Amino acid sequence: MAEFLSLHDAVARYVEDGATVAMEGFTHLIPVAAGHEVIRQGRRDLTLIRMTPDLVYDQMIGAGCAKKVIFSWGGNPGVGSLHRLRDAVEKGWPHKVEILEHSHAAMACAFEAGAAGLPLAVLRGYVGSELPSVNDQIKFIECPFTGERLAAVPSVRPDVSIVHAQKADRAGNVLVEGIVGVQKEAVLAARQSIVTVEEIVDDLTTQPDYHPNACIIPGWAVSAIAVAEKGSYPSYAHGYYPRDNRFYKEWDAIARDRERFKAWLEENVYHAGGQS
Amino acid sequence: MRLEYSSSEMMSVTAARALENGMTCFVGIGLPSEAANLARLTHAPDVVLIYESGTLQTKPDVLPLSIGDGELCESALTTVSVPEMFRYWLQGGKIDVGFLGTAQIDRYCNLNTTLIGDYHDPKVRLPGGGGAPEIATNAGEVFITLKHSKRAFVKDVDFVTTLGFGRDGKGRDGVPNIGRGPTRVITDLCVMKPDPETKELVVVSLHPNVTREEVIEATGWEIRFADVLETTPEPSARELEVLRELKARTERKHTGE
Repeated sequence: MAEFLSLHDAVARYVEDGATVAMEGFTHLIPVAAGHEVIRQGRRDLTLIRMTPDLVYDQMIGAGCAKKVIFSWGGNPGVGSLHRLRDAVEKGWPHKVEILEHSHAAMACAFEAGAAGLPLAVLRGYVGSELPSVNDQIKFIECPFTGERLAAVPSVRPDVSIVHAQKADRAGNVLVEGIVGVQKEAVLAARQSIVTVEEIVDDLTTQPDYHPNACIIPGWAVSAIAVAEKGSYPSYAHGYYPRDNRFYKEWDAIARDRERFKAWLEENVYHAGGQS
Repeated sequence: MRLEYSSSEMMSVTAARALENGMTCFVGIGLPSEAANLARLTHAPDVVLIYESGTLQTKPDVLPLSIGDGELCESALTTVSVPEMFRYWLQGGKIDVGFLGTAQIDRYCNLNTTLIGDYHDPKVRLPGGGGAPEIATNAGEVFITLKHSKRAFVKDVDFVTTLGFGRDGKGRDGVPNIGRGPTRVITDLCVMKPDPETKELVVVSLHPNVTREEVIEATGWEIRFADVLETTPEPSARELEVLRELKARTERKHTGE
């Protein structure tokens, strides 16, 4: 049963140094506020899993939280590089970060397999790609029925997954709307999960826009719920606020320079937010 | 009246024309997205555009900056989860054409979006594979569009992120359940297609006022030209108008917010 905690307390309880953490949200509903809380609490040696690291992991990597990053597309969408990720990989700043890279199809399947409780995901993937030569977690197996050669990757089973959603109700049920990405899979694949939400409503099922096929994660499948208004910004929450594409463009210049990045972090993370 | 247009506009219009009305197209962000939406707004109103964020049959009014902008979801017929997108719609064989961009491409159409240099000591770290490795093998065919330069068009890519036809041109031979692979590459100078036998890229059409020398100069290997070399048809006034309006709307949206 989901417990209602402050963002500070949820992160303090469930995100430990050295943990394997998946913070999902495919461009939409990225749990940025939670990422900042992890930075503020000074977590270290995390294995960070995310299909598209985006600005949130760029910031966490630059702040020194990451030991390893598992991803499938590590850019600033439509803008260019994630400079903090690149600086860590190319120059080892603030320290060397290990990377393990997949394709989107493989990671999506691996999250789904994790939710399904399977040890591996099977897909028709990586044909002719050289990614298997640099990622020992990509193997090939033979279909026992047809003999077809198929790719296999281990399922994603994070210690804790963190996602952001539009709303939760008093019972802890969570509504995810719009681009739903792999959020549900991430929550179900993890040992523990934190969901940050824009708001709490009394009962999701009596809301005027409730629909029997809505993407709802039941409260009993979630560990903790924390309210984080505008918790995805500069990503967005469908129905609440738009993606700040201008900030995504501005981030390029901020992240390019170590000093400018540190100043940004100081002002916007260490000395901001953080409800306790 | 003579139309004035840029080489980028020539590229986008030519890439758009490659899409036929009614095709289902898995769209990459950037130039492919611009071309695919131009096609939808001109000659191919019923082209089905699908983005990897799960947005199925989407009709954005402005070009998305990211693959998951709200605009894509709001204008989609439906939005599915990312695993469903890759498993059912792409791997399930429902996509006619994948439309991709790339950082590097070689003579056998292999794409590199991973890095420049050595994997364990990269000179430049690029974003990585994203959806491309499986789009390129699970879609019926693949169109590629990018600007022509010696840095991008190299004899052998530093890293094969995404299969064209492999390091020897035979990468798809004998592989079951695989798409036809790249069938055309559209740049700001020309259109190229793989040789039916060797799979090496051959220039089949030069854009108006582009010379063979310019293409040779911008290509990192000894590029071949088709025996019958065509001239790419110019953009029409309507295509240019629609493209310019689309880009202006997009610019206003992305800077105004």
